[in-house]
Amino acid sequence: MEQLIDILLLMLSSVLVQNFIFAKFYGICPFLGVSDKPATAAGMGMAVTFVITLSSAATWAVYYYILEPFRLTFLKTIAFILIIAALVQLIEMFLKKFVPSLYQALGIYLPLITTNCAVLGSALLNIQNGYNFVYSVAVGFAAAIGFTMAILIFAGVRARLQFAQAPKSFQGMPLVLISAGLIAIAFSGFSGINF
Amino acid sequence: MTILYAILWFAGIALVLGAMLALASIVFEVKVDPKIPEITEVLPGANCGGCGFAGCSACAEAIVRGDAKVTACPVGGQAVADQIASIMGVEAGSVTRMRAQVMCSGTRDNARQKYIYEGPHDCAAAMRLGGGPKECPNGCIGFGTCELLCPQDAIHVENGVAVVRAEKCIGCGICVESCPKHIIKLIPFDAPVHVGCSSLDKGALTRTYCEVGCIGCKMCTKVCESGAITVNGAIASIDYEKCTHCGKCVEKCPRKIIVFEEGKAKIEESVIEEAKVEEPINEAPDAVTPTSEEPTPAVITEKVKTEEPDTPTAPDSAENQAEETTPDSQTAENP
Repeated sequence: MEQLIDILLLMLSSVLVQNFIFAKFYGICPFLGVSDKPATAAGMGMAVTFVITLSSAATWAVYYYILEPFRLTFLKTIAFILIIAALVQLIEMFLKKFVPSLYQALGIYLPLITTNCAVLGSALLNIQNGYNFVYSVAVGFAAAIGFTMAILIFAGVRARLQFAQAPKSFQGMPLVLISAGLIAIAFSGFSGINF
Repeated sequence: MTILYAILWFAGIALVLGAMLALASIVFEVKVDPKIPEITEVLPGANCGGCGFAGCSACAEAIVRGDAKVTACPVGGQAVADQIASIMGVEAGSVTRMRAQVMCSGTRDNARQKYIYEGPHDCAAAMRLGGGPKECPNGCIGFGTCELLCPQDAIHVENGVAVVRAEKCIGCGICVESCPKHIIKLIPFDAPVHVGCSSLDKGALTRTYCEVGCIGCKMCTKVCESGAITVNGAIASIDYEKCTHCGKCVEKCPRKIIVFEEGKAKIEESVIEEAKVEEPINEAPDAVTPTSEEPTPAVITEKVKTEEPDTPTAPDSAENQAEETTPDSQTAENP
């Protein structure tokens, strides 16, 4: 029971306090790239959630059953990239066959995630923090939910920005980056909470 | 020793993952009709959604499934329809390439404003404030909602009125749906003449707020020899099936709102002069063909013109007629 509460608190902390985008600045590329419309942002969020959860499990197993016994932990970055890439391919084929509707919904975002640093970062953080298997998967899932929430919030903000009459020098990316920074400052308010 | 382990284990992991993917590609193989990628290849690939499907590949799937006709793509025109038809092994029929046209000429100098608008820079938002800042209830608001949505960057607001650049327009119809005033219409790509006004008000009223609004004087109807122009209520509309591109209405219009498409005007003027020398009524449509600027649409329309009398039951001609009658039906609804 105590462990369950511990996991839930850890998950909440991953979503809000240690938010991938606004606190750790992982996955900024997809965050800026596909937050044009709420619909595409939701698709990206779903794909990231899917991949991070599964890769957390796979990388944990590879690290503790292969890399650590043979003292190859210094190669974990390469190993994780390899595993994540293969995993994404596998998931893509699996979805295409058995869940075509989800495959259609995720679309191009699934293969794009192969090189997403949020996925790799999540796997590396799990190892760094010494989480066990259940913790790794739970925290990975929560972090991805945090990513999805952040990208959805930002898509909403950008939908409003489209109608703003900004000065010429601020139009487009500058205004987007400034608003992302403002939301990050707002999220830093959570950092006072310690679980 | 460590390096040996590293090489061995990584080779092992890579081998296992590779084998897994190879196996998965066989186990999870999804059989796709080879026609679908072929048709996707032929389609323009703009993913504009003008066909009513989610994108070009979705359209290709629908065509193969039989849910869409081979002429489903409004952008590709005859050339694409023919290619798809040859892949599907059926007859294509004929397609008219369409382009969007904003039926308003009320620039800032011409149309009176009833108030100064300072809200969100969006037509739909301005529309809710008493129908927008322009006094004309059917004038272009000019905040560029169509400009924002155009997948081809073909439409731009110039001096308060959206203007379509015909050479970029693919006729997907997204702007037509987005316009809160419903003043953007799809017309045949080669049509050089259009009525640049959508005003449904009576002439005397239109005259008070717009320098160039159609007043329904019927001068164009009288001068048109092919009977292509009709005036319903107080707005002229052109039946492009009958229009011979003679340009007499353009000369006659006292409000100068029946206009030649910009850029094409010069070519068409020379055509008119040629047509005048010969018999103006019958020879005009054939004389239009030498448009050096846009060779393909001219060829397309020529085909259409020659084919249409032979195949009167072609599905697309029926659709075109329906589209062109819309201004009339609107007039009837809003007297």
